[in-house]
Amino acid sequence: MSTTTTRGRSQTAQKVGLWIGLGIGAVFAGFPALWMLLSSIKPNTEIFQYPPTFLPETFTLDAYAGIFASGEKLRFFANSYTVALVVVALTLFAGIMAGYALSRFQFPFKGLVNTVVISVQAVPPITLLIPYFGLVVWLKLYDTLWALILTYMVATIPYAILMMTGYFNTIPKELDEAVKVDGGSSLRALWQVLVPAARPGIVSVGAYTFMVAWNEFLFALSLTQSRSNRTVPVGIQLLMGEHSFQWSEMMAMSVLGSIPVLVLFLFFQRQFVSGMTAGAVKA
Amino acid sequence: MTATTTRPTAPVRHPTGPRSRRWWRSGLTAYGYLSPTLLVMLVMMAVPVVMVFAYSTLSNVIIARDTEFVGLDNFVTLLGDPIFRKALGQTGVFTVTSVVLHLVLGLTFAMMLNSGLLPRLASALFRVVFILPWVFTASIVVILWQLLLNPNGVINYVLQTLNLISTRVEWFSNPSLALGTVIFINVWAGYPFFMISLLAGLQGIPSDLYEAAAIDGAGWRHRFLSITIPQLMPIILAMAMLDFIWNLQQFPIIFLATGGGPLNATETISTYTYNLAFSKRQFSMASASGVVLFVISAIVALFYVRHQKARD
Repeated sequence: MSTTTTRGRSQTAQKVGLWIGLGIGAVFAGFPALWMLLSSIKPNTEIFQYPPTFLPETFTLDAYAGIFASGEKLRFFANSYTVALVVVALTLFAGIMAGYALSRFQFPFKGLVNTVVISVQAVPPITLLIPYFGLVVWLKLYDTLWALILTYMVATIPYAILMMTGYFNTIPKELDEAVKVDGGSSLRALWQVLVPAARPGIVSVGAYTFMVAWNEFLFALSLTQSRSNRTVPVGIQLLMGEHSFQWSEMMAMSVLGSIPVLVLFLFFQRQFVSGMTAGAVKA
Repeated sequence: MTATTTRPTAPVRHPTGPRSRRWWRSGLTAYGYLSPTLLVMLVMMAVPVVMVFAYSTLSNVIIARDTEFVGLDNFVTLLGDPIFRKALGQTGVFTVTSVVLHLVLGLTFAMMLNSGLLPRLASALFRVVFILPWVFTASIVVILWQLLLNPNGVINYVLQTLNLISTRVEWFSNPSLALGTVIFINVWAGYPFFMISLLAGLQGIPSDLYEAAAIDGAGWRHRFLSITIPQLMPIILAMAMLDFIWNLQQFPIIFLATGGGPLNATETISTYTYNLAFSKRQFSMASASGVVLFVISAIVALFYVRHQKARD
């Protein structure tokens, strides 16, 4: 009897402690995001008030309207979407085929290919940037979106290969063998059997690739120059440098710039989590 | 790693005849499928890596006309530069602190979410909130914290109201605070990745381990140290090594928050390399600096790959 009450009491104490911890954690993790959202709907003058206001005294969507009225700012978004979507398409193309080869074929230097795929992820972007600068100029791709697409694929393809190989390995070989026994080519086996069966994996690789491409900063900063070729992360910083007093508009751009990844995450949370963990830990 | 080795390719009667032909054909097909990847990796990875090593031994490149071979001179100059040595040390501090705090926060949050004391909906909701920082790209993270940590910003106001500080703090431009501020922002932005992986790991620990320990009368601390930590260790090690490599190479957060300043107080190898290349136009020196970072990363990566192989 006495043991159950102690246990009950200690569990209550545990629960109280847990909720306090969760509360602190939620403020730490969530408050900055909330502040971003609140600041984006305040007039700029209100952001400069000290002491600061928490809820907006004057609610306004002017900052958002300003962005949608500016061709230059919309161009940042168009560039980011273009680059990210092309990178996703090309990465999936290369990653699915390479994952198929690694999962279903034996070939000379297979171990080496595997090791290279894993280890290229360790090459620092800043180290690659200097030769890229020369290379991209030489290929006449400097200050084009193609410079970004090509360089992003170096980071996204290895991850896609690891994930796709893992997914294909979970699909029974008998399924695609059956196509080949019926006289179908290996390409047909891949396209008609493996790709449909690996759809969750493909979705998760696509979402992750989109996120990497959408977020990239260093190459976008250094390999493009004109404002019409800037992506969102660089564009925001440019505007910040030029008129650093437009906080509400910066925050509105930040909200708009974060929505694609947030939406992807909320929709594909499960695949995202398992995919990321698999990519990181079972690599 | 892959399960492909278990199945023989074909029933083999004549080891040299049809088998080798089949083997070659299968190899050719495989390389056909690998060709887009190999092309990208050759042009955008192998060639650039060779180039950067070559650059690092030349007097200057890209903008220079009459370039000459100088051997290891660039590396000697680099190591003689007190700012580079400072950057090396600060890269170490930045990386180790970030990884440790990512792990501590990630594990704490993951264990709170996995405690089993929460209603399902609350658990899902808190999980989304805790993951939020990870949704923002580095350039947005930095702008957001510049607003929050502004001398007239909300954090200074709250700290002042709570009497924790007497005057408003310049978090970014005070040389003795800048590195800590940058690390804090980096920790905030990076812990969710740890949390997600550790949460998956926690959910994979068989509950009968805990039940058995509870029957033995093991306390909370004992269960944590003798079950949770050992069970999570493979994930912790793998994540820590990956995170170590990533933080070693962290660029946008530091560059955008402080640019390496004030007075080089937040200079790391990444920002040092970038400034050499793109403000001083010393591309050879920058290549040498980039090679140093590459070598350090490669050593950690080697440990990572060996660890992964040992687990398979």
